[in-house]
Amino acid sequence: MNVARAWEVLATVPDPEVPVISVVELGIVREVQVDADGAVEVVITPTYSGCPAMFEIEKDVRTALEAAGATAVSVRTVLSPAWTTDWIPESAREKLRAYGIAPPGPAERGGLVSLVRARPPVPCPWCGSTQTTLQSEFGSTACKAIHVCGSCRQPFDEFKAI
Amino acid sequence: MASAHDADDVGIAAGEAKAGDRPVAGPSRGPRLGAPLVEYLLRLGDDRLILGHRLSEWCGHGPILEEDIALSNFALDLIGQAASILRLAGEVEGAGRDEDALAYFRDGVQYRNCLLVEQPRGDFGDTIVRQFLFDAYSVLLWEALLGAPHAGLAAIAAKAIKEDRYHLRHSSEWVVRLGDGTEESHVRVQGSLDRLWRYTGELFEADAIDQGVAGEGIVVDHRALKARWDQLVDEVLDRATLVRPADGPTQRGGRVGRHTEHLGHLLATMQSVARAHPGARW
Repeated sequence: MNVARAWEVLATVPDPEVPVISVVELGIVREVQVDADGAVEVVITPTYSGCPAMFEIEKDVRTALEAAGATAVSVRTVLSPAWTTDWIPESAREKLRAYGIAPPGPAERGGLVSLVRARPPVPCPWCGSTQTTLQSEFGSTACKAIHVCGSCRQPFDEFKAI
Repeated sequence: MASAHDADDVGIAAGEAKAGDRPVAGPSRGPRLGAPLVEYLLRLGDDRLILGHRLSEWCGHGPILEEDIALSNFALDLIGQAASILRLAGEVEGAGRDEDALAYFRDGVQYRNCLLVEQPRGDFGDTIVRQFLFDAYSVLLWEALLGAPHAGLAAIAAKAIKEDRYHLRHSSEWVVRLGDGTEESHVRVQGSLDRLWRYTGELFEADAIDQGVAGEGIVVDHRALKARWDQLVDEVLDRATLVRPADGPTQRGGRVGRHTEHLGHLLATMQSVARAHPGARW
């Protein structure tokens, strides 16, 4: 197995909590190396410090690579650089939208949280309306918030920008 | 450890407060402290582990579903941060202890969290006020540690600050909502603030451990940190129509292992499974 093939295999490993995109599209896989003996090392980074899916992801990465013929697989976790939703490419954002999850806006950089900052409404992934209301900053997983659309009345998840 | 100090050597005196608020363990029972960087990391990690555990107590008991989820999410983030920090502490210590060994097999006197985070969760207002006071401190502390020359610590700071900014936004909005809410909510969160204020001074005290890690380039200006915290807290309290309590005697001791009676009860719950079945995996 070479590096290019390893990336191809990893691109087929879905995120366990958002299975419509892969762990590569989510930006969790940072680096892949294959040594002369065909042993693969995959470097991954967690989305959130306490993300409970990381163990699952590590296992899925290992299983997929072994099934594709890798002789030895090691998975290493790094924290730096800190994961950001800005790493999710446009193609994956479209998949999220089609799945009913509003994709993240641009991540905020630096500065303290301002209490008076008005947050722009998140467009509804179902009908596109911007008549939406934030219901809860915290949703079904650590990485999502819950909104409700005032137009089509659907609740929906938003992938939080961090 | 190579360098050990008596608790009294780190310049922390027992707090002057009424008897009921006094930490249960006196100086004579103070533990010996380890290498400065290990102690420093334990303080950071234990704050987040203990607060994370307190927040996890709300899981299934939140006043509304959204807050149940929010507090559980906070808990998840903080316990995740604690795992990274304690893992690093174990590596620096070099005695073969990982994050689980540090979390589950240390007793109260070996814990280095501040007294604020171990106080009982109280009602939702108590939990929110404590969270806000801690979040404001935590975000500012991580900002100061982002440029630390210790790569492992800087990486944790860069990761954690993103989560803590979210926490601060949420907790500060709730402080405003409750403070500037009904007469009942106002009176209750003002009471929470008055009761918890005595534990905030400990967050900004520097001692021999801080001097010790300064030698490794980890320098946090506690005065500047306190000034920014004051400004941030004042701004929110003002919007919440809450009155900032007067600075009275500070309750301290957690950083050298002298805790209030509440920590022991928390640890008894948190550590019971790991101690009943050491090394169990599932």
